[in-house]
This record gives sequence, C-alpha cells and structure tokens, in this order.
Amino acid sequence: MMQPLEGSQALARAVALCRPQVVAAYPITPQTHIVENISKLVADGVLNCEFVSVESEFSAASVVLGAAAAGSRAYTATASQGILLMNEVLYNIAGSRIPLVLTCANRAVSSPLSIWNDQQDSMAVRDAGWIQLYCADNQEAVDTTIQAFRIAEATELPVMVCVDGFTLTHTLEGIDIPEVAEVDAFLPPFEFGRKLDPRNPKSLGTLLSPDFYPEARHSHHMALEKAQAVIEQVDADFAAAIGRRSGGLLTVEGPEDARIGILTLGSVIGTFREAAEEGTDLPAAKLIKLRSFRPFPVEALKAAVAGLTDLIVVERALSPGAGGIVGAEVRAAMSELADAPRVHNVALGLGGRDIPMSSYAELLALAERDAPLRFAVFDADLNKLPEEDR
Amino acid sequence: MTTETHIDIAELRKKQPRFNAIDSGHRACLGCGQALGARLVGEAVGPDIIVANATGCLEIFTTPWPESAWRVPWMHSLFENAGAIASGIEAAMRAQGKSTKVVAMGGDGSTFDIGFQALSGMLEREHNVLYVCYDNEAYMNTGVQRSSSTPHAAMTNTSPPGKARMGKRHLKKDIVQIIAAHHTPYAATASVAYPSDLRKKIRRAMEIEGPTFIQIHAPCPLGWGHEGHESIEVERLAVQTGLFPLVELERGELTGVMPIRQQVPVTEYLKRQQRFRHLFAKGDSRAAEELEHIQALADHNIEVYGLRGEGVDRFDTEGSDTVHRGGQRWA
Ligand SMILES: Cc1ncc(C[n+]2csc(CCOP(=O)(O)OP(=O)(O)O)c2C)c(N)n1
Ligand code: SF4
Repeated sequence: MMQPLEGSQALARAVALCRPQVVAAYPITPQTHIVENISKLVADGVLNCEFVSVESEFSAASVVLGAAAAGSRAYTATASQGILLMNEVLYNIAGSRIPLVLTCANRAVSSPLSIWNDQQDSMAVRDAGWIQLYCADNQEAVDTTIQAFRIAEATELPVMVCVDGFTLTHTLEGIDIPEVAEVDAFLPPFEFGRKLDPRNPKSLGTLLSPDFYPEARHSHHMALEKAQAVIEQVDADFAAAIGRRSGGLLTVEGPEDARIGILTLGSVIGTFREAAEEGTDLPAAKLIKLRSFRPFPVEALKAAVAGLTDLIVVERALSPGAGGIVGAEVRAAMSELADAPRVHNVALGLGGRDIPMSSYAELLALAERDAPLRFAVFDADLNKLPEEDR
Repeated sequence: MTTETHIDIAELRKKQPRFNAIDSGHRACLGCGQALGARLVGEAVGPDIIVANATGCLEIFTTPWPESAWRVPWMHSLFENAGAIASGIEAAMRAQGKSTKVVAMGGDGSTFDIGFQALSGMLEREHNVLYVCYDNEAYMNTGVQRSSSTPHAAMTNTSPPGKARMGKRHLKKDIVQIIAAHHTPYAATASVAYPSDLRKKIRRAMEIEGPTFIQIHAPCPLGWGHEGHESIEVERLAVQTGLFPLVELERGELTGVMPIRQQVPVTEYLKRQQRFRHLFAKGDSRAAEELEHIQALADHNIEVYGLRGEGVDRFDTEGSDTVHRGGQRWA
C-alpha cells in the first residue's frame, strides 16, 4: 500500500517484513532514524527479534556475524565512521561467507568532518568481499532491502544496501510497503547449512596455510562473479511476486540513438532525469544506473555503452592521488571493447554539496572536449583555495 | 583361526566417561598451560555449548585447516571481538529458543587489552555467556610481547631490561575486579595447577544464567622461560606466593578464596623463570629493589583477600587436588 513515509521509516518497515531474528546497531547520523524506527517496531511488538544495542559499530558487525553464523537472520545499519570502524569485521564476515544484510546510509568520511552525503564510506570497503547495491530512490531502497536477504542467503555472501544519507534516509515520499504475506512468500525462513550447532559441530574461521589460502580467495571471487546472475534473478522474482523491479545489475534509460552516456550510482540520477526532461535543447543522453558495484558487472556494462562516443562517469567519492574509483573500473572494463567510448570521470557533490539541475548540462558539455577529462572534483570552486592548493 | 574385530570410534567416544570439548592432537608447545586449561574447561562445560575464540595461541594451535581439535561448534572471528561474537551467538540462541550455552575464550591480550571494550559491552548487556580468559601474561602468539596483564618487572620482547629499564614498568591490570565492577553475577580466578578447583568454578559459572568470567592463570614455557615439564610446579608457586590469588566474586562481593597454607617467598617463583632473570643479576641494586617491590605486591594480595589460611584446610593451596577419601577430589 502506497503511503507517505520518511525513507528511514520505510526501511525499518522493510527490514521488519524480512523477520530478522537478531538486529544489532550503534547510532550514527544519518543512519539513526532507521534503527530508532526498528527499535520502535520491536517495542510495539510488531517485530519479534533480539535487538542488541551494542557499544560500537565494531561490536554491531561482530554481533550480527555471530548471530548469522549461529543460524539466525541478522541485520545491521551504519554509515561513514561506523563503516570504517567495522572494516576489519566486514572482511571477516565476507571471508567467512556469512549471509547477512547491512544498510549503509551513505555519508562522507572524516576528516574534514562532514555528516552529509557522499559515497566515500561504502567505496572505502569495496574490496571487503561484500555485494554492494546502490539505491536510486526510497522505493528501490525498500525493495532492495527485501531482495538483499534473498540474495545473501542464496549466495552465502553479505549484502550492503547503499542508501544516500539524508537525500533518501530523511526524505518523505510516497512509498509502497509490500504486504506481509507477499514478503513471506518471497523470502522463506533462513536455513544456514554451516550453522554452529552442537549436534553437528563444525569449526568456523580456522587458520589457512599457503597450501589453501589462494583457493579460498578464488572461490570467494567466483562466488561474487556468480552472484551477478542471482541479483538479476532475484530482481525478476521480486517483480513477479510484488510487481516492481529495482534495476538488476544496471539499467539504461534514454533515447536509443544517444551518443553520450552518463553513469551514476545512487540517488543523483533523479536530478539528471529531471534535467534531461526539462533540457529539451540539450544533446540526447543515456542514463546508466549502476546498481551493483560489487559484483562489478563488466559484461552488462559493455553492452550498456554500445553506440556511445562519450561516457561520463559521475561518482560521489574519490581515491586521492589516483582519481575516480568507479571511473577507473569503468575504464578497465572499456579496455575490453574495440569501439569503446571516451570516458570522462568526475566526482560531484562530495560532503553533501548540492548537485543542481544545471550540472547536467555542464556534464554533457564534457563530450565536446578534445581530450577526455581524466578526473576532476567537478564542482570544486578553486577560488576558495589558496593559490598553492589549486 | 582369525576373528575380525571392528572398532567403532564414534561408539567408543560415547562410552568415554567424560566428554571433552577439545581433543588431543593439537599443536601447542610442550607444557603449554593454556592447552591444559582449555582441556580442563572442555571437561567441565559439557557438549551443549558453542565456543567463540579470539585470535591467539589457542585458536591457532587447535585449528590448522583442514584439522580441528574441537568437538563442539567453534568459531574464530578476530582478535578483539570474542565478547561481541559471543553476544551475537547468544542472541541467536535466545531468538531460536535454545538453551545452548555460549563460551567465549581469549588470551590476556584479547581480554585485558584489545577486546576489552567488546567484553565490557557483553557484560553490561548481561548476555548469558561464560567468558574464559587464559592468562599467560603476554602476547604469546606473536612472539612474547607485553600486555597489560604482564606482571611488573617481567621481561618480554617489548619490555626488555636494560640500563634504563628493569622489564615492564607498569603493574598487572586487576582484571577480575574490573569485571566484577560490572555487577557480574560470578567472576573468579583459577589456576591450571589446581584442576579440581578450576573445574568446580567452571561448573558453577555454567549454572548461572547471565554473564560469568573466569581468569585462568596459565604458564607458557616459551614466554616465561622454563622447561615444559616444570609448568605445574611453577604455576603452583604463582598461587602459593600470593602473586596470583584464587578468588571468587559474586556481584562484586568476595565470596570465596583458596587459602594459602604456607606462603612461599616470591623469589622461589621468580627464579624459576627466565623472564625475571634480570632480577637476580649480581650487584644490581635495582634488582633487589624490584624483588622487594614484588614481594610487597604478593603480601598486599594476601592482605586484601585474606588469603592466609588458619592451619590445615583440605581445599587450601596444599590440600586442594590431593586425593581425599570419599571422592571429594572432584568436588
Ligand atoms: C587487530 C589485530 N592486531 C594484532 C594482531 C596480532 N595478534 C594476533 S594474536 C596476538 C597476541 C595474542 O595474545 P593473547 O591474547 O595474550 O593470547 P596468547 O597468544 O598469549 O594466548 C596478536 C598481537 C591481530 N591478529 N589483530
Ligand atoms: S607459546 Fe605459550 S601459550 Fe602459546 S602454545 Fe606455546 S606454550 Fe602455549
């Protein structure tokens, strides 16, 4: 049923529909409303689960790891500094192939301190071995959260659902929350074959010598590669059950014959859609919404850029001293194509800087350059910096 | 004529008089106090448990893939999160309506230092977990570096003695009191040199619904610098000198101690271990001073906990673990 909800409130409802048995979390802006809403659902008896109010994000991640290893469906949420504090545990969860779901309410990382939205936090842990799905709006965030449990449990991989902080988490909009029966049919109870069980004792998290380590890493990598098909399938199953898609690995929208493409992750696509609609005088462009950053869908991406001369990769993070993170990976994928588009790469809207509609036209203008733009913090006003820092 | 015999190991195991959570065949050093401690704990906890083990010697020497010495479900995650992993497993047991007890285990490094926050959180939230700390007084797994449990003046590779230093400068952290200050229902110290006492305390802790903590003093021949076959002798001296008091605390109140029948001078304990070798250097006035200092620490423990026994007690430092008529030994 469609109802006006704050993003965080809707997410809490979606989590509750998935019937997690253990939820552990530690507060951090802009994740707080999600766990506060879950606490309320627990207090009201709507959600029957063990809610563990831990003393740090490190313990939040550890509690859900222990709980899922013991066979309970588990959920946590965090952002920014919390993601970084969890880092060691995130690798451990994924390497142990423990299925669970985490919402990352994307936020910039200190220092300089910023509580506002970009995606530096989830990008910083991209190599931890998690599936990472980025949501374009709150409906996608709700649907992706429900799908995430199915994906995690089918692949025995943890899933991070990335939701732009404030832009999505604190925004009120009309959202459809699926019915309990629909979700119950879509998401059967969690059965974990490797669970810690005194009747069938197993040792989990043992020391691996060089004789076995590379094979373990290979199989983890392959599990993520194979997860591409699962992500597509679960999205299709969700559409069949509940009537909506969230965009599989990636989606392409815009005119067939467009020669320029803009690739983004997360909610910024909303701004670009609107700008494209209004800017009838602007060159035609395709919008590529990359939903799955891990696994990185190389083949789908190669197909998505067919016919483009210029691809503008817009991201909300960077790797200082190297440039764009998504941009570098897109370029690597393009290197497999004979007729690859030129790739321009920019970071935009870091630390919550507003991304105005006008930026869309400015981005499209990049296609007119003689040489592609390797990387720039596109909206940085250099006049605010001393000469030597520009 | 030959008769074929068939031995069913699983059946034999079932007939073993005492279930043990941990099997032989692990790779601990000879005379490892922690391995012995884990075996004694393993005898007392029964089969319906799940273990959360922090990184450290025990974790390493029991689980070299594809082998494992554990006969109960066992999980290792990281160095500093055993308390939180145990909390999560316990929450899962609660959610599933199971009574399986969760037992967390870690060395002094993971317990006193890096994993202390997770442990403190676990205690404060009153998870139904028994946390066992094997206290060998240094980071042994990484090659003997100081921890906050390393005793004053002991030599480790990061607290070496020299012209300007006499080993570790600081005092051993009083962890059991800190744990007790969390209103913990049951916190106790035990020693691998007193196995009956140790098992009794484990069984007591297992019966309690809520967080419990047992600190087991465990000699490490490699880190302490004594022969493997001397472990128990050395460890008994730790208790008999008063340097490692055996106590029980319930919700912060002292409820039991093992009395010392005959206090042994600390030098008897210290001189058996290479880590205190510099305290016996001839002609070094600092050495004599440190010995006095350590004796004062032992005397202080005896005073504070009232460890001086009044005559003979069958469960004091001499009587405990001798076989008593009527099977009292397993009390
Ligand atoms: C975050 C982190 N820092 C450091 C280490 C390295 N490390 C592994 S075990 C260990 C020492 C373990 O000491 P203790 O807990 O006393 O156990 P013991 O090995 O003495 O039984 C250290 C420092 C690690 N694994 N993780
Ligand atoms: S180094 Fe010490 S604690 Fe580690 S296995 Fe050897 S004796 Fe045991």
